[in-house]
Amino acid sequence: MSTVKIPPVLRASTGGAKEIEASGANVGDVLRSLAEQHPATESQLFSEGGDLNRYVNVYLNDEDVRVLDGLDTGVSESDTIVILPAMAGGCR
Amino acid sequence: MASGADVIRRIKDQIEEVDPKEVRDLSQNGNGNAPVIVDVREQHEFEEAHLPGAIHVPRGHLESRIEGAVSDRSQPVVLYCASGNRSALAAHTMQELLGYEDVASMRGGITLWKDRGYEVEVPRALTGEQRERYSRHLLVPEIGLEGQMKLLDARVLLLGAGGLGSPAALYLAAAGVGTIGIVDNDVVDLSNLQRQVAHSNDRIGMPKVDSAEVSIHEINPDVNVEKHPVRLGADNIMEIVEGYDVIVDGLDNFPTRYLLNDASVRLQIPVVSASILGFEGQLSVFHPYEGPCYRCLYPTPPPAELAPSCGAAGVLGVLPGVMGLLQSVEVIKLVTGAGDTMAGRLLLYDALGTTFTELKVRRDPECPICSREPDSISDDEMGVFPDYELFCAGAG
Repeated sequence: MSTVKIPPVLRASTGGAKEIEASGANVGDVLRSLAEQHPATESQLFSEGGDLNRYVNVYLNDEDVRVLDGLDTGVSESDTIVILPAMAGGCR
Repeated sequence: MASGADVIRRIKDQIEEVDPKEVRDLSQNGNGNAPVIVDVREQHEFEEAHLPGAIHVPRGHLESRIEGAVSDRSQPVVLYCASGNRSALAAHTMQELLGYEDVASMRGGITLWKDRGYEVEVPRALTGEQRERYSRHLLVPEIGLEGQMKLLDARVLLLGAGGLGSPAALYLAAAGVGTIGIVDNDVVDLSNLQRQVAHSNDRIGMPKVDSAEVSIHEINPDVNVEKHPVRLGADNIMEIVEGYDVIVDGLDNFPTRYLLNDASVRLQIPVVSASILGFEGQLSVFHPYEGPCYRCLYPTPPPAELAPSCGAAGVLGVLPGVMGLLQSVEVIKLVTGAGDTMAGRLLLYDALGTTFTELKVRRDPECPICSREPDSISDDEMGVFPDYELFCAGAG
């Protein structure tokens, strides 16, 4: 099982959980496993074609998967996946 | 009993002395073996004039400060004073007591150096009041007089005098940033005071730029405050940000963040960016052409439902304090050149768990903005991103 860190804006979709254990051989499998456990996350992570949404950054440990093999990047048990949508605030 | 002159003579026999000409040749050939030149005289002597590139460690503070200035004991060091006596004694101390392997004292000191007609540096001096005010900076080798002068000359623009801008305004003013610009068109509201520490109860209703100016001047009356009580937009951004050395981004919405990014890339001004929500903050530095830009990190913003504002979702009042001060530290480093900035890195701070996570941010070779020459970015492209119309309609 890998650990997926859930950003604040997605926690409503994971019942408030900040970290989810999910299994899979690559980043895409792990995220799809997350989406199976918490279906509300699916549309936020994936576009209709099954690709990662452009506004969601995903990191394997500290490296952006866009510079690795994207969703095909291999994952081992001890890895942490960080989901990071952009945050805008600022607080007036 | 030996006289003082005898002691100095004896010590000079035990250390290496070098001629000013040799020191000048060594420091000019620049082959990597150049010695570190240390002036061991008193503060006022150093401020009058010193050898080019010399660092200042007064002899009275030698034992406590030399390691901060020269950490490598095998590094060649040349010490000098006014005439060569104090530097001889200091060289003896460094060699015999502190274990420096390659220390020499310059014969005849800066007096002989000047007699030879060699160049000296005449530093700009702080006033007595400034020397007292910034004394703790002057003691830190990474800042020192040179860094403090850079801070005094610096022009820093705060986008927003809110949660992030407030602590930045106060601490950057305290640190002696010479000019602080503030862009904010809002007025102080009671609900701001849970976190916006540049404002106060008796200034509710006052424009934030004016209220922040009051607080800044209470801390440091020398700071020049430039007030921009406007909303940042495509029509005014280039004019407002041009001429600032660093921008502190505390903006609360995506369209303006993209606009800011594009303007800062065009004008090549580094942006220290932070954002906050709930108990979590993000921090990075976008240094145009030296690191990634905001668009390299976030090519497109999330839909409005995934981008709640603090106004809608709330925030721990202390959190913008933490993030605004982390931004201020980055500003100081960008201005003084000390340390490594967050350019190319993104910091995530989770206050509830007290965890810091650092992620790598790469320049995108296909970035629509920073992969190009700054002059080729047109007004029409500024602040535009995919689905811009849709986003703004959704954000309503």
